[in-house]
Amino acid sequence: MSQLRAASKETNSEFEVFRLKFEVTRAWGAKPHKGTQYLDMAINWFKYSSPASFYFLAGKMIPLFSVAAVLFCVVGLYIGFFVAPTDFQQGEAYRIIFIHVPAAWMSMFLYVVMAVWAGIGLAFNTRLSSMVATAIAPTGAMFTFLALWTGALWGKPMWGTWWVWDARLTSELILLFLYIGFMSLQAAIDDPRRADKAGAMIALVGVVNVPIIYFSVKWWNTLHQGATVSLTQSPKMATTMLTGMLIMSIACWMYAIAVILIRTRAIILERERHTAWVGELQGAER
Amino acid sequence: MFFRITQRDLLLAMRRRSDVLTTLFFFVIVVSLFPLGVGPEMSMLRTMAPGVVWVAALLASMLSLGRMFSSDHVDGTLEQMLLSPQSLSLLVLGKALAHWLVTGVPLVLMAPVLGIQYDLSADSLLVLTASLLLGTPVLSLIGAIGAALTLGLRGGGVLVSLLVLPLYIPILIFGAGAVEASAAGLGAAAHLSLLGAFLLAAMVLAPWTTAVSLRISME
Repeated sequence: MSQLRAASKETNSEFEVFRLKFEVTRAWGAKPHKGTQYLDMAINWFKYSSPASFYFLAGKMIPLFSVAAVLFCVVGLYIGFFVAPTDFQQGEAYRIIFIHVPAAWMSMFLYVVMAVWAGIGLAFNTRLSSMVATAIAPTGAMFTFLALWTGALWGKPMWGTWWVWDARLTSELILLFLYIGFMSLQAAIDDPRRADKAGAMIALVGVVNVPIIYFSVKWWNTLHQGATVSLTQSPKMATTMLTGMLIMSIACWMYAIAVILIRTRAIILERERHTAWVGELQGAER
Repeated sequence: MFFRITQRDLLLAMRRRSDVLTTLFFFVIVVSLFPLGVGPEMSMLRTMAPGVVWVAALLASMLSLGRMFSSDHVDGTLEQMLLSPQSLSLLVLGKALAHWLVTGVPLVLMAPVLGIQYDLSADSLLVLTASLLLGTPVLSLIGAIGAALTLGLRGGGVLVSLLVLPLYIPILIFGAGAVEASAAGLGAAAHLSLLGAFLLAAMVLAPWTTAVSLRISME
């Protein structure tokens, strides 16, 4: 504290003060005491870059996101099954779109988010970012698998086959391979820090694949129908269908956040099991 | 320094010629197995040929990735390379070049012979060789990243295939696509240009990524 004040008086460099504040906050965050006072509100963001304080924040946020996920899911499914009209070409079978499209969106988006967190962890050497990246991977892989699975179920009545070697399906399959590669690389490395960094490298290399997935529709024009929702054109589908799909996407988002937070908490506990605060936590629970 | 590293790796490879030949014969055997599996109809083999040759090339170049850094890692040479004042990216580029000369070039030279087995026309053979010539260096460059990340891990050999094969897919698509496009009369220029673009991008990005990965693995 006194060291920090002295530093802020003596140096004119704002960055130096900022760095010191950050380090002091991080040091405090590692062993939270009740009544600890932080210097000002502006640096509170960094408080949660410490696994210990994030653990408690995540604990508070998980119920919120879980409830939101259930609510949006119920509303979205209601719109999907009862409000949205029957498609004039595809009949009732199209209703799988309400899970297929959100899952496909999530699978790609989560990969980018994972790569961003892994990249932050690699660049700034923050442990928590890498833990979040590790926590995202299984959820992302699950959504990728879900998108492929529902796509197969949708393809059977529409195209007459379970699987088509179309660019989008294939890229989604490659995305699943990328997730599996990331997870197996991390699983193979015993030292968690090396696992974080190696995983970050492979995630950043693999992220090149995500734009290829997105633009594959334009690159190879095949059996798969073109993108129906786009930012530049007005949507070609009924508004209720779009609303249902968007609400289901929000539900998937909320679910993903809740699950990722739970998994991050588990990873924090596992990696910080030797620290004093986890010991205190265990003592409190007994 | 760049050429020194390449020269040294080539010399080491020439001292153990069997390793080089193993990769080449693996390639030949895999390509020759397909007609035995699917039957000797020439029309089907002709359409399959580019894909089969390319997949075999992918597997063959992947098999030898483990050797790229592991022997240097075991005898401590790699640590000296990391400590040297030379740019590590450049050293990695030299090693990737050596890997390509040892595993890639024999595949490129062998491919026309295997293409004749599959009754490819002269034009297709030319395009196949050209696509392999542009594509196989990319395989060595991307593979170096996987080899660096899995350095010294248990089960590294299987793991490297899991990491690297998905990244090879664009090369496979455009490499095999070039031959198909030329056979269909569309001309292979677009595919070959894309392969060339991949090669240039990989030459810039892959050595740097590999260097970072090596530092991570050697920490």
